[in-house]
Amino acid sequence: MSTLASAPRRTFPRWFRDKGWRHLVGLLTSIFAVFPLLYVLSAALNSTGTLAGSASLFGQLSGDNFAKLFGNEQRPFGRWFVNTMVVGLITSAASVFLGALAAYAFSRMRFTGRRVGLLSLLLLQMFPQLLAVVAIFLLLSGIGEIIPALGLGSQLGLIMVYLGGALGVNTYLMYGFFNTVPQSLDEAAKLDGASHVQIFFGIILRLVTPILAVVGLLTFIGISSEFVIASVVLTDPNSQTLAVGLYSFVANQRTEDWGVFAAGAVLAALPVMALFLFLQRYIVSGLSAGSVKG
Amino acid sequence: MPSTAKSALEAMPDGDTQQPAPQRPRRVPPVRRRGPDCWKGTLAKIILLGLVDAVAVYVLTALFFSQSWVVLAIAALVTVAINWIYLRPGGLPAKYLAPGVLFLLVFQVFVVVFSGYIAFTNYGDGHNGSKEDAISSILTSSQKRVPDSPAYRTAVLEKGGSYYLLVTSPDGEAQIGTTESKLEDAAGAVKDSTGKAKELAGYRTLNFQEIVAHQKDVLGLVVPLSDNPAAGTLRTQDGSNAYIFRSNMAYDKAADTLTDTDTGTVYRDSGQGDFVSDTGGKLATGWKIDVGFKNFVTAFTDPELRGPLLSVTLWTFTFAVVSVLLCFALGLFLAITFNRSDLRGKKVYRIIMILPYAFPAFLSGLVWAGLLNPEFGFINNALLGGADIAWLTDPVLAKISVLVVNLWLGFPYMFLVCTGALQSLPEDVDEAARMDGASAWRIFRSIKLPLLLVSVAPLLISSFAFNFNNFNVIYMLTGGGPRFEDTTRDIGATDILITLVYKSAFGVGTGRDYGLASALAIVIFIIVAAISAISFKQTKALEDVN
Repeated sequence: MSTLASAPRRTFPRWFRDKGWRHLVGLLTSIFAVFPLLYVLSAALNSTGTLAGSASLFGQLSGDNFAKLFGNEQRPFGRWFVNTMVVGLITSAASVFLGALAAYAFSRMRFTGRRVGLLSLLLLQMFPQLLAVVAIFLLLSGIGEIIPALGLGSQLGLIMVYLGGALGVNTYLMYGFFNTVPQSLDEAAKLDGASHVQIFFGIILRLVTPILAVVGLLTFIGISSEFVIASVVLTDPNSQTLAVGLYSFVANQRTEDWGVFAAGAVLAALPVMALFLFLQRYIVSGLSAGSVKG
Repeated sequence: MPSTAKSALEAMPDGDTQQPAPQRPRRVPPVRRRGPDCWKGTLAKIILLGLVDAVAVYVLTALFFSQSWVVLAIAALVTVAINWIYLRPGGLPAKYLAPGVLFLLVFQVFVVVFSGYIAFTNYGDGHNGSKEDAISSILTSSQKRVPDSPAYRTAVLEKGGSYYLLVTSPDGEAQIGTTESKLEDAAGAVKDSTGKAKELAGYRTLNFQEIVAHQKDVLGLVVPLSDNPAAGTLRTQDGSNAYIFRSNMAYDKAADTLTDTDTGTVYRDSGQGDFVSDTGGKLATGWKIDVGFKNFVTAFTDPELRGPLLSVTLWTFTFAVVSVLLCFALGLFLAITFNRSDLRGKKVYRIIMILPYAFPAFLSGLVWAGLLNPEFGFINNALLGGADIAWLTDPVLAKISVLVVNLWLGFPYMFLVCTGALQSLPEDVDEAARMDGASAWRIFRSIKLPLLLVSVAPLLISSFAFNFNNFNVIYMLTGGGPRFEDTTRDIGATDILITLVYKSAFGVGTGRDYGLASALAIVIFIIVAAISAISFKQTKALEDVN
């Protein structure tokens, strides 16, 4: 490829064969990638509000839909937003912690069942929790009869369910990263009299911060998009998350509340997209290490 | 990423690792150095363990009072195990693994086993509880007013948001009760001049307006006369008089039959978790029983389900395979296209192309559903000038739409992954091949692609497994539709197995059938397990070859 680049002044056909077509591909792909996003933004700003009314992009700019979105008491968007943040943040923080504890044990200690443990975690990754959604529903309804605070309809119960998936998804990813921190470091600390807890919190956790951020972020993004389990567990509109709530906006009359839904979609997507683009570099490294957004 | 760790390592001051040294004299023998040594650690441990135990005691007490002995035993065992793990010296790995493993066992492993159990039951609408529950529910739901029975004069009371009936029995005694608790003596009740009990300490008596306002709750009160459901219940229709209602069903314990006392029809236990009369009439309320392989047999033989299930399974495979291939092909093509360090605007393209991936997945399906809406959608109305193309309602077009939307969602991931993999390929191989006169296509096909596949294959497999259960795209975009015409069940042309599971268990309109849904989930489970077992073996072989 570099042989062509050395020509000093090129004609258009040569430029096109070398680089121009790449720009053409880039342009077409960009249109494909961005068009739906521009469309939803335009629908959010279009005060007509129905699906049929949004026939041209950005024909109209108004904030009516946003006002309606926050004025609807049966569908408390603000609450959904807060709920999603609460569930997402607690789940991702706890997942990271549980995963880090397990990864530390697998990476630094030798014990019987270690290999089997690692392999079964790798296997468990293949079976997402949503396969067992019926059993989760019945389990939580059973738990709710004894401890109402953890049963159906409770966000705490939902978080517990999500934490069940924490080890399976994260440990392997973290384990690999923990191994890149040289053992000699903790041995030196151990000689100096540091306990295993001090080594874990004081040394290891600080050195693996990048992977903690990646795992936390991917978990947060995954959880804030999770629909199946959340829709089954959270039945009261006031406790629902964005995924469940926004679906209810368009589930029945897809065309009626379109503008309001679009406004909600824009607001729901903004923080996640901002986070994603801001921390893009970290996420990409996590992705190639083998995690699929889900 | 390893480089990040290394640089962080280098940046770390040495003092950090040496800090704890002064606190710990070196003469302490190494054996005693297990467990948190400083007082802070011990304190934290005691507090955390104390909290866990406090919760455990609460749970155990609740379990004791609900008389669930098996669960109580398991919970007690778990509590003891946790305490043992954290209080004994040594056993360090267990201390680090226990919290995560506990959640994993309950909410990932147990629920799968539980699914396996549910798959062999008839659990679902009308089959929710035990046989005793079903009988008492039938007895209470089939109640009629006992003809010519005396009136109980009634006042409606309220306490803590729930309502109670304070009744004066025909012989003048005051009694109180509500739906959940049977009628009991209320000797302390204040009576008015006619001898009707009207107030009771601790409760508030509702006036007429309030009774009207809460009519639905008041009329819904069904107060059992005694623990025996056959004794009947008290109900009121106006808030001032209550009458005895008794079931027109009578349960004969010895014969295990229910008899309709009005018509004389006898209902027998059919062995299927239902009461059925000789003429085939079935009572709506049944109970949960083990049905063996019936759910699986239904799935594969019931003509309403067999055909659709087969098409759904085929489509699930097609969808997952084609999605992975399309996304990989486009992602790889783009990665190659932009793998030029001297290409201007590369970064901008890259950011724009990541956008669909950053957009929350559940929203993408909903947004595209609006775009593709045949009647009002932007694509038909604005882009195609009012065309009437059935993007989501024609079986074939709907499938294509689903694939295109999933391509939109998935190609950025493959683009990122392939870019990473391409950049890590050794340069010299490429150069050597070019020296030998190989064409660009030949280099790609014979050198780059095989090398790339080695590092990308595991990701392709997990991407396949992910798409196999890609619920969000299907459910948000088409809801599984358009529906098949040869079945009355809610199954459609774009349904994949996991959406079918969800719809059978929680679908609107059709009854909930947890048993069948779990049976289908088990089928998915087996398929995914088989595929991942085979494919991981394959990738290992691929690695060995290279």
